[in-house]
Amino acid sequence: MYLDSDRRPTLTPKLALRIAVIGGIALVAFAVIFFRLWYLQVLSGDKYLAEARNNQQRRILVQAPRGEVVDRDGRVLIENRTGLAVKVTPDKLPRDPLKRQALYRRLGRVLGMRPRRIERGIAKELKALPFSTATVKQDVSGQVVAYILERQEQFPGVTVERVFLRRYPHQTIGAHLFGTVGEVTKEELHDTRYRGVNLGDRVGQSGIEQEYDRFLRGKDGASKVQVDALGRLKRELTVVQPRQGSQLRLSIDIDTQKAGQRALAGGTGRGAFVVMNVHNGEVVALGSQPSFDPNIFSKVIKESDFKRLSDPNLGNPLSNRATQGLYPTGSTFKLITATAGLQTGVFTPDTVLFDGGSLTVGGVTFKNAGGGGHGALALRQALTVSSDVFFYQLGRDMNGSLKLQHWAKLLGLGRRTGVDLPGELPGLIPTPRWRNRLFKKHQTDRPWSVGDNINLSVGQGDLQANPLQLAVAYATVANGGKVLAPRIGQRIEDSSGRAVQELDAPPARHLNIRPEFRQAILEGLRGAASQPGGTSAKVFAGFPIPVAGKTGTAEKGAGRPDQSWYVALAPFPSPKYVVAVTDEAGGFGADTAAPMARSILAQLFGVKGDKARRGGPSD
Amino acid sequence: MNTTLGSTVKDFREPHPRRGLWFDPLLLLAAVGLIACGAFVVGGATADDIPGDRLYYAYRQIAYGVVGIVLMMLLSRFDYSRAREWKAGLYATMIGFILLVFAIGASARGSKRSIDFGFINLQSSELGKVLLILALAGFVVDRVRRLNEPETTSRVMLLALLPAMLVVAQPDLGSGMVYLAIALAVLFVAGTKWTHFAALGVLAVGAVLLVLVAAPKAGVQVLKPYQTDRLTAFLHPTDNPKKQGYQINQSLTAIGSGGKTGRGDQATQTKLNFLPEHHTDFIFSVVGEEYGFVGAALVLSLFALLIWRALRILTMSKNLFGALVAGGVTAMLMFQVFVNVGMTIGIMPITGVPLPLISYGGSSVLVTFMALGLLQAIYAQARETARAKGL
Repeated sequence: MYLDSDRRPTLTPKLALRIAVIGGIALVAFAVIFFRLWYLQVLSGDKYLAEARNNQQRRILVQAPRGEVVDRDGRVLIENRTGLAVKVTPDKLPRDPLKRQALYRRLGRVLGMRPRRIERGIAKELKALPFSTATVKQDVSGQVVAYILERQEQFPGVTVERVFLRRYPHQTIGAHLFGTVGEVTKEELHDTRYRGVNLGDRVGQSGIEQEYDRFLRGKDGASKVQVDALGRLKRELTVVQPRQGSQLRLSIDIDTQKAGQRALAGGTGRGAFVVMNVHNGEVVALGSQPSFDPNIFSKVIKESDFKRLSDPNLGNPLSNRATQGLYPTGSTFKLITATAGLQTGVFTPDTVLFDGGSLTVGGVTFKNAGGGGHGALALRQALTVSSDVFFYQLGRDMNGSLKLQHWAKLLGLGRRTGVDLPGELPGLIPTPRWRNRLFKKHQTDRPWSVGDNINLSVGQGDLQANPLQLAVAYATVANGGKVLAPRIGQRIEDSSGRAVQELDAPPARHLNIRPEFRQAILEGLRGAASQPGGTSAKVFAGFPIPVAGKTGTAEKGAGRPDQSWYVALAPFPSPKYVVAVTDEAGGFGADTAAPMARSILAQLFGVKGDKARRGGPSD
Repeated sequence: MNTTLGSTVKDFREPHPRRGLWFDPLLLLAAVGLIACGAFVVGGATADDIPGDRLYYAYRQIAYGVVGIVLMMLLSRFDYSRAREWKAGLYATMIGFILLVFAIGASARGSKRSIDFGFINLQSSELGKVLLILALAGFVVDRVRRLNEPETTSRVMLLALLPAMLVVAQPDLGSGMVYLAIALAVLFVAGTKWTHFAALGVLAVGAVLLVLVAAPKAGVQVLKPYQTDRLTAFLHPTDNPKKQGYQINQSLTAIGSGGKTGRGDQATQTKLNFLPEHHTDFIFSVVGEEYGFVGAALVLSLFALLIWRALRILTMSKNLFGALVAGGVTAMLMFQVFVNVGMTIGIMPITGVPLPLISYGGSSVLVTFMALGLLQAIYAQARETARAKGL
């Protein structure tokens, strides 16, 4: 009977409507799918195609070795060595957190690192550069590497890779000059000067390494590989070979550099020296004491090492005193006072002034360093015996006119020399305005007075300068008025030593120093190093090269030993080199700095078997 | 006795001069076209999956297709109306199969869905689709005079809900939703009042809110967390690109990168396994990537043809039972096509519904062909009846 209810001979309008509704739903659904596909495939196809390409391609960076650095004769100053770095490939690490912890513990035991540190380091690197490998430790010994490689099943995902590490074969010699490398910082990555540098790359962080980083750093290679969804490598798509950085030739002479640092090390342990060509500003040697071994920066430096190297109590070994030192220069400043006085007509080379042992101005008595008087003298003699009273009078006479400050500045003090080293400090030439402003702000006990100018005339008091600035000032007088920007980098070369690009010095400023003034000053300095009674005559007795030079003894205030200075020009009468030396606690200039200058000059001029001797307590 | 058997016998005795085919050629064309496309795409997508056997999946899919077509042709000669009397048996068989899976099912990736018969891992939830269509059509025909009673609607929905809950527990969320779609379609074609559907709609919204929002807050997990995540991930695919959003993003990238004409051998999303489940649930993404808009449009056209023929056969049916079966089959096909394709193009949640005849899988292919065989039978018998009446 129920079959009747199942009979449906004709399509009822009600059913037709319902079927139409179903058909309508189908139609709408197909339309939505169609338009969605049109949008995805036709309108956004390119975008998704790029995404798909991106999906399957990985860039694997290949580190480029940095360029080597050689001295003026092509001797290696900085080179590369290959080290072995332990890395992990994140895809191959155990997925189970417990197993991974165990792996980090094993790795920590082998590498002498805390597991926590390994884990954090890996996480940090992978956050920055996903899908690549992460370095656990650089420069691992061959034994450790062998241990790991022999037990690969215990160290899943751990690989060993050869990496280039910077090597400084001369170690502490020239450390401040050469500088250090370190991992590129976040700020540097944003800097256009570091375009093309990848996170984790090591770039120059100080010294020549930093200054000429753009030449020294190579161009990292990269291979583009295709990977599948699990990160397994399928095939190599393109390979760009890494390109080593260019070779850099410096004007440095490693032998002179060594001699200088040896001489410095023989002092009180804190000082600096500069050897520069007075005609073209080429720096032959430049050093600072205490020094450090830049090799420790070529891998990741230990926190404790870094602390030690920047500890002021240990002399802050990282600071380059030759360009960053801020010192009064003592009597070496007298060349500047003399030049200023002569050029501005305050006196002439033949003006005779009386040195009675002291000068009283405004109720204050300024004494000669030696105590006694030198009698009546003109410029040459005043320089030779280093008469303070002579220069006190020039300082007094130039007070109020800023002539001394002006010429100090012209000769390169109180401003950066423009040397091709980073971090150079300008120093300070004290002026009435400077001191009066400090006084107004209650940062000093008294305003400017004539005494300040008198102090400045002999390089005492508030003056702040460094050996390189003094070298530039002396070179300017010696070369007749060219204020040179010291240059260390000479040229960029290919790996076989052929010049690719000369590194030209910026044009020098010209001062019109009259030849007779220059001659008078040089003769005075020559006398100091040669005539009886000359401040450094005893030091240079028997030295075959005629030297003109000035001692300096800077007073550092109560209880602190004086700072010893010496600036030499040689050979007299047409100097080629200027040598500026200082020892922070060396006492009299002739005591410490002058003998150091002699050893340096001996090396510079090839004087064999020369033995430096000490001068007397004269200034 | 106006039995179909009688009319068939009569026809054989007196051959009609304009005797038509005993199956719908367009439906067959669409089905064969789809299974061919499917085997082709599956073959391409899985060429590197089994080392040393590039055509492992393709051969199997073709074998399922051949068996399926034979099954369809056999079923097209079957007097489907008799299934109406077997409704209780069919329903019990369905429930039994589903429960059997829990007892002896082979588990794949943490879910038990199939019974290992040696040559085929039969997914009971797939077989359940066609059994449920027949059983529900039978139940509804019995109560066709009481369609206006809410009790009829409730009973039918509960009959569908029971196996749906069971397969969701396997867990096979997609099939569970197909069951409900089938039940709704059968009721709809039968002529259930709109108000009942409105009430069901309100209930459904309430249930979804309960399952996705209220229950988790109360600490009761109706769905496994990954199921909830998959269901809701399409709403915000970029939120969690490593997990749930990953599949959607990879699928969109695959389809989008196909462009107008596809990437062919350069289809890296598929070939390098970025696309998950590339031969089963996400096969349409493979079509989109390798053959582009053109390929996707071709496949969709075949589905449109299939659905059009299903609806046409629904209108032709000689009896209500046939119409309800055709309605159920149409709903099953439409729901699976739209949910599966919608999922790959990011407008539907990920529910693990296969794309009929395209996705790799013996159970799905065979069951789809069985459903198409029922449609063919309805078609053939409608034509016979029409001829018998001298039309």
